[in-house]
Amino acid sequence: MPLELFLDLYSPPCRAIYIFARKNGIPFELRPVELGRGEHLKPEFLKVNPLGKVPALKDGDFLLAESVAILLYLNRKYQVAAHWYPTELQARARVDEYLAWQHTAVQLPATNVYLCKSLLPHFSGQPVDPVRLDRLLGKLKPALRHLDQEVLATKPFLATEQLSLADLMAFTELMQPTAVGCDIFQDWPRLAAWRARVEAALGPELVQDAHRLVLQPRDPRDAQRDPKLAQELVQRLLERLS
Amino acid sequence: MGLELYLDLLSASCRAVYIFARKNSIPFDFQFVDLLKGHHHSKEYIAINPLKKLPSLKDGKFVLSESVAILFYLCRKYSTPSHWYPPDLHTRARVDEFMAWQHTAIQLPMTKILWIKMLIPMITGEEVPAEKTEQMLAEVKNSMQLFEEKFLQDKMFITGDHISLADLVALVEMMQPMGSQYNVFLCSSKIAEWRMRVELAIGSGLFWEAHDRLMKLAEWDCSTLEPMVKEKICELLQKFK
Repeated sequence: MPLELFLDLYSPPCRAIYIFARKNGIPFELRPVELGRGEHLKPEFLKVNPLGKVPALKDGDFLLAESVAILLYLNRKYQVAAHWYPTELQARARVDEYLAWQHTAVQLPATNVYLCKSLLPHFSGQPVDPVRLDRLLGKLKPALRHLDQEVLATKPFLATEQLSLADLMAFTELMQPTAVGCDIFQDWPRLAAWRARVEAALGPELVQDAHRLVLQPRDPRDAQRDPKLAQELVQRLLERLS
Repeated sequence: MGLELYLDLLSASCRAVYIFARKNSIPFDFQFVDLLKGHHHSKEYIAINPLKKLPSLKDGKFVLSESVAILFYLCRKYSTPSHWYPPDLHTRARVDEFMAWQHTAIQLPMTKILWIKMLIPMITGEEVPAEKTEQMLAEVKNSMQLFEEKFLQDKMFITGDHISLADLVALVEMMQPMGSQYNVFLCSSKIAEWRMRVELAIGSGLFWEAHDRLMKLAEWDCSTLEPMVKEKICELLQKFK
Protein backbone atom coordinates (compact mmCIF):
# COMPACT_ATOMS: atom_id res chain seq x y z
CA MET A 1 0.00 0.00 0.00
CA PRO A 2 1.54 3.31 -1.03
CA LEU A 3 1.74 6.42 1.12
CA GLU A 4 -1.70 8.04 1.62
CA LEU A 5 -2.11 11.76 2.27
CA PHE A 6 -5.47 12.92 3.57
CA LEU A 7 -5.77 16.52 2.41
CA ASP A 8 -8.18 19.35 1.69
CA LEU A 9 -6.39 21.83 -0.56
CA TYR A 10 -8.52 24.63 0.93
CA SER A 11 -6.26 24.20 3.97
CA PRO A 12 -2.82 25.89 3.88
CA PRO A 13 -0.94 23.16 5.79
CA CYS A 14 -2.43 20.60 3.36
CA ARG A 15 -1.15 22.64 0.42
CA ALA A 16 2.32 22.78 1.98
CA ILE A 17 2.41 18.98 2.18
CA TYR A 18 0.99 18.55 -1.31
CA ILE A 19 3.59 20.90 -2.78
CA PHE A 20 6.41 19.26 -0.80
CA ALA A 21 5.49 15.74 -1.90
CA ARG A 22 5.00 16.72 -5.55
CA LYS A 23 8.14 18.88 -5.68
CA ASN A 24 10.26 16.04 -4.26
CA GLY A 25 8.73 13.32 -6.45
CA ILE A 26 7.35 11.45 -3.43
CA PRO A 27 4.76 8.95 -4.67
CA PHE A 28 1.46 9.18 -2.81
CA GLU A 29 -2.27 8.60 -3.08
CA LEU A 30 -4.30 11.72 -2.49
CA ARG A 31 -7.28 11.06 -0.21
CA PRO A 32 -9.47 14.17 -0.42
CA VAL A 33 -11.23 15.19 2.80
CA GLU A 34 -13.84 17.91 2.21
CA LEU A 35 -13.89 20.16 5.25
CA GLY A 36 -16.88 22.02 3.81
CA ARG A 37 -18.91 18.82 4.05
CA GLY A 38 -17.70 18.06 7.58
CA GLU A 39 -15.84 14.96 6.38
CA HIS A 40 -13.05 15.56 8.92
CA LEU A 41 -15.53 14.89 11.71
CA LYS A 42 -16.95 11.64 10.33
CA PRO A 43 -16.09 8.30 12.02
CA GLU A 44 -14.24 7.04 8.92
CA PHE A 45 -11.77 9.92 9.04
CA LEU A 46 -11.50 9.96 12.83
CA LYS A 47 -10.07 6.43 12.53
CA VAL A 48 -7.20 7.98 10.56
CA ASN A 49 -6.87 11.08 12.75
CA PRO A 50 -8.77 11.12 16.08
CA LEU A 51 -7.86 14.80 16.38
CA GLY A 52 -10.35 15.45 13.56
CA LYS A 53 -8.05 17.63 11.49
CA VAL A 54 -6.33 17.67 8.14
CA PRO A 55 -3.68 16.97 7.03
CA ALA A 56 -3.16 13.34 8.02
CA LEU A 57 -0.77 10.67 6.75
CA LYS A 58 -1.11 6.90 6.49
CA ASP A 59 2.02 4.91 5.70
CA GLY A 60 1.10 1.23 5.90
CA ASP A 61 -0.09 0.89 9.51
CA PHE A 62 1.55 4.10 10.60
CA LEU A 63 -0.79 7.05 11.14
CA LEU A 64 0.45 10.61 11.63
CA ALA A 65 -1.25 13.96 12.21
CA GLU A 66 0.05 17.57 12.34
CA SER A 67 1.52 19.21 9.24
CA VAL A 68 4.89 20.03 10.84
CA ALA A 69 5.33 16.42 11.98
CA ILE A 70 4.29 15.14 8.54
CA LEU A 71 6.74 17.43 6.71
CA LEU A 72 9.59 16.34 9.01
CA TYR A 73 8.62 12.66 8.52
CA LEU A 74 8.59 12.97 4.72
CA ASN A 75 11.83 14.93 4.90
CA ARG A 76 13.56 12.12 6.82
CA LYS A 77 12.02 9.12 5.10
CA TYR A 78 12.61 10.28 1.54
CA GLN A 79 16.00 11.95 2.03
CA VAL A 80 15.16 15.11 0.12
CA ALA A 81 17.59 17.95 -0.62
CA ALA A 82 19.26 19.35 2.49
CA HIS A 83 18.03 22.95 2.08
CA TRP A 84 14.49 21.97 3.20
CA TYR A 85 15.69 21.13 6.73
CA PRO A 86 19.42 22.03 6.94
CA THR A 87 21.75 19.78 8.90
CA GLU A 88 23.82 22.63 10.34
CA LEU A 89 22.80 23.17 13.98
CA GLN A 90 21.90 26.87 13.94
CA ALA A 91 20.28 26.82 10.50
CA ARG A 92 18.07 23.91 11.57
CA ALA A 93 17.19 25.75 14.76
CA ARG A 94 15.97 28.73 12.70
CA VAL A 95 13.61 26.45 10.76
CA ASP A 96 12.39 24.86 14.03
CA GLU A 97 11.89 28.34 15.47
CA TYR A 98 9.62 29.43 12.61
CA LEU A 99 7.68 26.13 12.55
CA ALA A 100 6.94 26.48 16.29
CA TRP A 101 6.14 30.21 16.25
CA GLN A 102 3.81 30.09 13.26
CA HIS A 103 1.05 28.02 14.92
CA THR A 104 -0.23 30.91 17.02
CA ALA A 105 1.49 33.88 15.40
CA VAL A 106 0.66 33.28 11.75
CA GLN A 107 -1.70 30.35 11.22
CA LEU A 108 -4.27 31.39 13.79
CA PRO A 109 -4.70 35.04 12.70
CA ALA A 110 -4.33 34.32 8.94
CA THR A 111 -7.00 31.62 9.16
CA ASN A 112 -9.32 33.99 11.02
CA VAL A 113 -9.00 36.60 8.27
CA TYR A 114 -9.84 33.92 5.69
CA LEU A 115 -12.82 32.67 7.71
CA CYS A 116 -14.18 36.21 8.04
CA LYS A 117 -13.63 37.15 4.39
CA SER A 118 -14.69 33.92 2.73
CA LEU A 119 -16.19 31.09 4.78
CA LEU A 120 -18.52 33.09 7.04
CA PRO A 121 -20.14 35.10 4.19
CA HIS A 122 -20.39 31.93 2.11
CA PHE A 123 -22.30 29.96 4.74
CA SER A 124 -24.29 32.79 6.27
CA GLY A 125 -25.28 34.50 3.03
CA GLN A 126 -24.41 37.80 4.73
CA PRO A 127 -21.87 40.29 3.34
CA VAL A 128 -18.41 40.57 4.93
CA ASP A 129 -18.40 42.56 8.19
CA PRO A 130 -15.77 45.28 7.51
CA VAL A 131 -15.27 46.14 11.19
CA ARG A 132 -14.62 42.52 12.12
CA LEU A 133 -12.34 42.05 9.09
CA ASP A 134 -10.34 45.12 9.99
CA ARG A 135 -9.88 43.94 13.58
CA LEU A 136 -8.75 40.48 12.42
CA LEU A 137 -6.30 41.95 9.89
CA GLY A 138 -4.92 43.98 12.76
CA LYS A 139 -4.20 40.74 14.64
CA LEU A 140 -2.12 39.43 11.72
CA LYS A 141 -0.16 42.66 11.35
CA PRO A 142 2.47 42.07 14.10
CA ALA A 143 3.58 38.80 12.45
CA LEU A 144 3.78 40.42 9.01
CA ARG A 145 5.75 43.32 10.46
CA HIS A 146 8.16 40.97 12.21
CA LEU A 147 8.73 38.91 9.04
CA ASP A 148 9.14 41.95 6.79
CA GLN A 149 11.13 44.26 9.11
CA GLU A 150 13.18 41.86 11.15
CA VAL A 151 13.43 38.39 9.62
CA LEU A 152 13.75 39.28 5.92
CA ALA A 153 15.92 42.33 6.59
CA THR A 154 19.03 40.14 6.76
CA LYS A 155 18.28 37.22 4.44
CA PRO A 156 16.32 36.21 1.33
CA PHE A 157 14.33 33.40 2.98
CA LEU A 158 12.80 33.03 6.42
CA ALA A 159 15.31 30.72 8.09
CA THR A 160 18.47 30.72 5.98
CA GLU A 161 19.90 31.75 2.61
CA GLN A 162 17.88 29.03 0.90
CA LEU A 163 14.27 27.89 0.64
CA SER A 164 13.26 25.68 3.61
CA LEU A 165 10.18 24.11 5.23
CA ALA A 166 9.66 27.44 7.00
CA ASP A 167 9.13 29.29 3.72
CA LEU A 168 6.83 26.57 2.40
CA MET A 169 4.55 26.70 5.47
CA ALA A 170 4.56 30.51 5.55
CA PHE A 171 3.84 30.78 1.84
CA THR A 172 0.71 28.62 1.78
CA GLU A 173 -0.47 30.23 5.03
CA LEU A 174 -0.10 33.81 3.78
CA MET A 175 -1.70 32.88 0.43
CA GLN A 176 -4.89 31.99 2.30
CA PRO A 177 -6.23 35.51 2.98
CA THR A 178 -4.58 36.72 -0.25
CA ALA A 179 -6.38 34.16 -2.41
CA VAL A 180 -9.76 35.43 -1.22
CA GLY A 181 -9.04 39.10 -1.81
CA CYS A 182 -7.15 40.28 1.28
CA ASP A 183 -3.74 41.02 -0.21
CA ILE A 184 -1.64 41.00 2.93
CA PHE A 185 1.54 41.48 0.90
CA GLN A 186 0.66 44.94 -0.39
CA ASP A 187 1.98 46.88 2.62
CA TRP A 188 5.14 44.83 3.04
CA PRO A 189 7.66 45.11 0.17
CA ARG A 190 10.22 42.60 1.51
CA LEU A 191 7.47 40.06 2.11
CA ALA A 192 6.15 40.63 -1.41
CA ALA A 193 9.63 40.08 -2.88
CA TRP A 194 10.01 36.95 -0.74
CA ARG A 195 6.69 35.64 -2.01
CA ALA A 196 7.86 35.96 -5.63
CA ARG A 197 11.12 34.24 -4.75
CA VAL A 198 9.34 31.32 -3.08
CA GLU A 199 6.89 30.93 -5.94
CA ALA A 200 9.77 30.85 -8.43
CA ALA A 201 11.69 28.29 -6.34
CA LEU A 202 8.66 26.00 -5.92
CA GLY A 203 7.60 26.35 -9.54
CA PRO A 204 4.66 28.56 -10.61
CA GLU A 205 2.75 25.64 -12.17
CA LEU A 206 2.87 23.55 -9.00
CA VAL A 207 1.88 26.57 -6.89
CA GLN A 208 -1.02 27.34 -9.21
CA ASP A 209 -2.15 23.72 -9.15
CA ALA A 210 -2.10 23.57 -5.36
CA HIS A 211 -3.98 26.88 -5.04
CA ARG A 212 -6.57 26.26 -7.74
CA LEU A 213 -9.35 25.44 -5.27
CA VAL A 214 -8.80 28.32 -2.87
CA LEU A 215 -8.45 30.82 -5.74
CA GLN A 216 -11.84 29.91 -7.16
CA PRO A 217 -14.83 31.86 -5.89
CA ARG A 218 -17.10 29.56 -3.89
CA ASP A 219 -20.36 28.39 -5.46
CA PRO A 220 -23.19 29.85 -3.31
CA ARG A 221 -25.27 26.72 -4.00
CA ASP A 222 -22.74 24.66 -2.01
CA ALA A 223 -23.75 26.48 1.18
CA GLN A 224 -27.42 25.61 0.66
CA ARG A 225 -26.74 21.90 0.22
CA ASP A 226 -27.04 21.23 3.95
CA PRO A 227 -28.71 24.23 5.68
CA LYS A 228 -28.44 22.66 9.14
CA LEU A 229 -24.69 22.11 8.80
CA ALA A 230 -24.35 25.64 7.42
CA GLN A 231 -26.16 27.07 10.44
CA GLU A 232 -23.97 25.12 12.91
CA LEU A 233 -20.86 26.23 11.08
CA VAL A 234 -21.95 29.88 11.12
CA GLN A 235 -22.58 29.65 14.87
CA ARG A 236 -19.11 28.20 15.50
CA LEU A 237 -17.46 30.72 13.19
CA LEU A 238 -19.12 33.65 14.95
CA GLU A 239 -17.93 32.33 18.32
CA ARG A 240 -14.41 31.85 17.03
CA LEU A 241 -14.19 35.25 15.33
CA SER A 242 -15.78 37.36 18.11
CA MET B 1 30.42 34.04 27.53
CA GLY B 2 28.71 30.68 28.02
CA LEU B 3 25.20 29.61 27.16
CA GLU B 4 22.55 32.01 28.50
CA LEU B 5 18.91 31.13 29.06
CA TYR B 6 16.47 34.00 29.52
CA LEU B 7 13.69 32.64 31.72
CA ASP B 8 10.86 33.28 34.12
CA LEU B 9 9.78 29.95 35.65
CA LEU B 10 6.24 31.26 35.87
CA SER B 11 6.05 30.35 32.18
CA ALA B 12 5.57 26.67 31.28
CA SER B 13 7.80 26.95 28.21
CA CYS B 14 10.59 28.30 30.41
CA ARG B 15 10.19 25.44 32.88
CA ALA B 16 10.54 22.87 30.09
CA VAL B 17 13.83 24.41 28.96
CA TYR B 18 15.10 24.88 32.55
CA ILE B 19 14.30 21.31 33.63
CA PHE B 20 15.83 19.85 30.46
CA ALA B 21 19.06 21.82 30.80
CA ARG B 22 19.42 21.04 34.52
CA LYS B 23 18.52 17.36 34.13
CA ASN B 24 21.16 16.97 31.42
CA SER B 25 23.77 19.00 33.33
CA ILE B 26 24.04 21.54 30.54
CA PRO B 27 25.94 24.51 31.94
CA PHE B 28 24.14 27.83 31.51
CA ASP B 29 23.67 31.28 33.01
CA PHE B 30 20.13 31.79 34.28
CA GLN B 31 19.05 35.25 33.17
CA PHE B 32 15.90 36.09 35.08
CA VAL B 33 13.41 38.18 33.08
CA ASP B 34 10.59 39.04 35.48
CA LEU B 35 7.26 38.75 33.63
CA LEU B 36 5.33 40.21 36.55
CA LYS B 37 7.49 43.31 36.50
CA GLY B 38 7.17 43.59 32.72
CA HIS B 39 10.89 43.10 32.14
CA HIS B 40 10.21 41.25 28.89
CA HIS B 41 9.23 44.68 27.54
CA SER B 42 12.47 46.34 28.64
CA LYS B 43 14.88 47.84 26.10
CA GLU B 44 17.55 45.37 27.21
CA TYR B 45 15.37 42.35 26.58
CA ILE B 46 13.88 43.65 23.32
CA ALA B 47 17.47 43.90 22.04
CA ILE B 48 17.74 40.16 22.68
CA ASN B 49 14.28 39.12 21.47
CA PRO B 50 12.19 41.75 19.63
CA LEU B 51 9.15 39.48 19.99
CA LYS B 52 9.35 40.13 23.77
CA LYS B 53 8.66 36.50 24.59
CA LEU B 54 10.25 33.93 26.87
CA PRO B 55 12.22 31.72 26.80
CA SER B 56 15.21 32.86 24.77
CA LEU B 57 18.57 31.18 24.35
CA LYS B 58 21.79 33.06 23.65
CA ASP B 59 24.81 31.04 22.57
CA GLY B 60 27.58 33.48 21.73
CA LYS B 61 26.00 35.68 19.05
CA PHE B 62 23.28 33.17 18.25
CA VAL B 63 19.89 34.03 19.73
CA LEU B 64 17.01 31.54 19.55
CA SER B 65 13.40 31.78 20.70
CA GLU B 66 10.57 29.20 20.91
CA SER B 67 10.94 26.51 23.58
CA VAL B 68 10.44 23.64 21.12
CA ALA B 69 13.28 24.93 18.92
CA ILE B 70 15.46 25.52 22.00
CA LEU B 71 14.85 21.98 23.28
CA PHE B 72 15.80 20.44 19.91
CA TYR B 73 18.90 22.68 19.76
CA LEU B 74 20.05 21.62 23.23
CA CYS B 75 19.41 17.94 22.40
CA ARG B 76 21.58 18.15 19.32
CA LYS B 77 24.34 20.40 20.59
CA TYR B 78 24.86 18.53 23.86
CA SER B 79 24.13 15.02 22.50
CA THR B 80 21.65 14.22 25.25
CA PRO B 81 20.44 10.60 25.76
CA SER B 82 18.43 9.48 22.74
CA HIS B 83 15.19 8.75 24.63
CA TRP B 84 14.51 12.49 24.82
CA TYR B 85 14.14 12.73 21.02
CA PRO B 86 14.37 9.15 19.69
CA PRO B 87 16.10 8.64 16.34
CA ASP B 88 13.63 5.99 15.10
CA LEU B 89 11.54 7.47 12.27
CA HIS B 90 8.12 6.62 13.69
CA THR B 91 8.96 7.34 17.31
CA ARG B 92 10.47 10.72 16.47
CA ALA B 93 7.38 11.54 14.43
CA ARG B 94 5.23 10.89 17.52
CA VAL B 95 7.24 13.47 19.48
CA ASP B 96 6.99 15.97 16.59
CA GLU B 97 3.26 15.34 16.39
CA PHE B 98 2.70 16.16 20.04
CA MET B 99 5.06 19.16 20.00
CA ALA B 100 3.06 20.65 17.10
CA TRP B 101 -0.40 19.88 18.51
CA GLN B 102 0.29 21.20 22.00
CA HIS B 103 0.72 24.88 21.03
CA THR B 104 -2.99 25.41 20.50
CA ALA B 105 -4.50 22.34 22.15
CA ILE B 106 -2.69 22.36 25.50
CA GLN B 107 -0.55 25.44 26.09
CA LEU B 108 -3.15 28.03 25.12
CA PRO B 109 -6.10 26.68 27.16
CA MET B 110 -3.94 25.81 30.21
CA THR B 111 -2.57 29.35 30.30
CA LYS B 112 -6.08 30.76 29.90
CA ILE B 113 -7.26 28.88 33.01
CA LEU B 114 -4.56 30.58 35.08
CA TRP B 115 -5.59 33.98 33.72
CA ILE B 116 -9.31 33.39 34.13
CA LYS B 117 -9.24 31.75 37.57
CA MET B 118 -6.60 33.88 39.17
CA LEU B 119 -4.63 36.58 37.42
CA ILE B 120 -7.55 38.54 35.97
CA PRO B 121 -9.63 38.59 39.18
CA MET B 122 -6.55 39.31 41.27
CA ILE B 123 -5.34 42.19 39.15
CA THR B 124 -8.57 43.79 37.96
CA GLY B 125 -10.78 42.87 40.92
CA GLU B 126 -13.34 41.53 38.44
CA GLU B 127 -14.37 37.97 37.64
CA VAL B 128 -14.52 36.65 34.10
CA PRO B 129 -18.15 35.79 33.15
CA ALA B 130 -19.03 32.24 34.22
CA GLU B 131 -20.03 31.28 30.69
CA LYS B 132 -16.51 31.96 29.37
CA THR B 133 -14.96 30.06 32.25
CA GLU B 134 -17.17 27.04 31.59
CA GLN B 135 -16.32 27.18 27.89
CA MET B 136 -12.60 27.25 28.69
CA LEU B 137 -12.83 24.36 31.15
CA ALA B 138 -14.75 22.30 28.60
CA GLU B 139 -12.01 22.96 26.03
CA VAL B 140 -9.37 21.80 28.53
CA LYS B 141 -11.36 18.67 29.37
CA ASN B 142 -11.60 17.85 25.67
CA SER B 143 -7.86 18.32 25.18
CA MET B 144 -7.07 16.11 28.18
CA GLN B 145 -9.33 13.41 26.76
CA LEU B 146 -7.58 13.56 23.37
CA PHE B 147 -4.22 13.51 25.14
CA GLU B 148 -5.16 10.33 26.99
CA GLU B 149 -6.82 8.57 24.05
CA LYS B 150 -4.38 9.48 21.30
CA PHE B 151 -1.01 10.35 22.83
CA LEU B 152 -0.74 8.43 26.07
CA GLN B 153 -3.07 5.43 25.53
CA ASP B 154 -1.90 2.50 27.67
CA LYS B 155 1.78 3.36 27.55
CA MET B 156 4.03 4.50 30.38
CA PHE B 157 5.10 7.58 28.45
CA ILE B 158 4.06 9.15 25.14
CA THR B 159 6.69 7.27 23.10
CA GLY B 160 6.55 4.06 25.13
CA ASP B 161 8.79 3.03 27.98
CA HIS B 162 10.90 6.15 28.35
CA ILE B 163 10.34 9.83 29.01
CA SER B 164 10.83 12.13 26.02
CA LEU B 165 10.59 15.87 25.29
CA ALA B 166 6.89 15.35 24.63
CA ASP B 167 6.16 14.22 28.22
CA LEU B 168 8.25 17.07 29.64
CA VAL B 169 6.45 19.73 27.62
CA ALA B 170 3.03 18.16 28.26
CA LEU B 171 3.53 18.05 32.01
CA VAL B 172 4.88 21.55 32.58
CA GLU B 173 1.97 22.95 30.59
CA MET B 174 -0.63 20.91 32.44
CA MET B 175 0.88 22.20 35.69
CA GLN B 176 0.10 25.80 34.74
CA PRO B 177 -3.45 25.89 36.21
CA MET B 178 -2.00 24.68 39.55
CA GLY B 179 -0.87 28.27 40.04
CA SER B 180 -4.56 29.01 40.59
CA GLN B 181 -5.06 25.78 42.55
CA TYR B 182 -6.90 24.14 39.66
CA ASN B 183 -5.77 20.54 39.28
CA VAL B 184 -6.39 19.10 35.78
CA PHE B 185 -4.90 15.73 36.81
CA LEU B 186 -7.97 14.89 38.88
CA CYS B 187 -9.93 14.17 35.70
CA SER B 188 -8.21 10.86 34.95
CA SER B 189 -6.31 8.31 37.02
CA LYS B 190 -4.31 7.28 33.95
CA ILE B 191 -3.09 10.87 33.51
CA ALA B 192 -2.46 11.26 37.24
CA GLU B 193 -0.26 8.14 37.18
CA TRP B 194 1.57 9.38 34.09
CA ARG B 195 2.14 12.71 35.86
CA MET B 196 3.84 10.95 38.78
CA ARG B 197 5.99 8.86 36.43
CA VAL B 198 7.21 11.97 34.60
CA GLU B 199 7.92 13.78 37.87
CA LEU B 200 9.99 10.79 39.10
CA ALA B 201 11.85 10.47 35.79
CA ILE B 202 12.80 14.16 36.04
CA GLY B 203 13.50 13.93 39.76
CA SER B 204 11.04 15.34 42.29
CA GLY B 205 13.59 17.80 43.68
CA LEU B 206 14.25 19.44 40.33
CA PHE B 207 10.59 19.24 39.32
CA TRP B 208 9.24 21.07 42.39
CA GLU B 209 12.10 23.54 42.44
CA ALA B 210 11.16 24.52 38.87
CA HIS B 211 7.50 24.92 39.90
CA ASP B 212 8.10 26.88 43.09
CA ARG B 213 7.41 30.34 41.66
CA LEU B 214 4.20 29.11 40.01
CA MET B 215 2.94 27.47 43.20
CA LYS B 216 3.60 30.67 45.18
CA LEU B 217 1.76 32.87 42.69
CA ALA B 218 -1.25 33.22 45.01
CA GLU B 219 1.00 34.85 47.60
CA TRP B 220 2.24 37.47 45.17
CA ASP B 221 1.56 41.08 46.06
CA CYS B 222 0.05 42.35 42.86
CA SER B 223 0.24 45.97 43.95
CA THR B 224 3.85 45.77 42.76
CA LEU B 225 2.62 44.98 39.25
CA GLU B 226 4.05 47.18 36.54
CA PRO B 227 1.31 49.59 35.32
CA MET B 228 1.82 48.68 31.65
CA VAL B 229 1.38 44.98 32.44
CA LYS B 230 -1.74 45.83 34.46
CA GLU B 231 -3.12 47.72 31.46
CA LYS B 232 -2.55 44.73 29.18
CA ILE B 233 -4.31 42.46 31.64
CA CYS B 234 -7.34 44.75 31.76
CA GLU B 235 -7.42 44.62 27.95
CA LEU B 236 -7.35 40.83 28.18
CA LEU B 237 -10.35 40.88 30.51
CA GLN B 238 -12.33 42.85 27.92
CA LYS B 239 -11.68 40.07 25.41
CA PHE B 240 -13.28 37.52 27.71
CA LYS B 241 -16.36 39.61 28.40
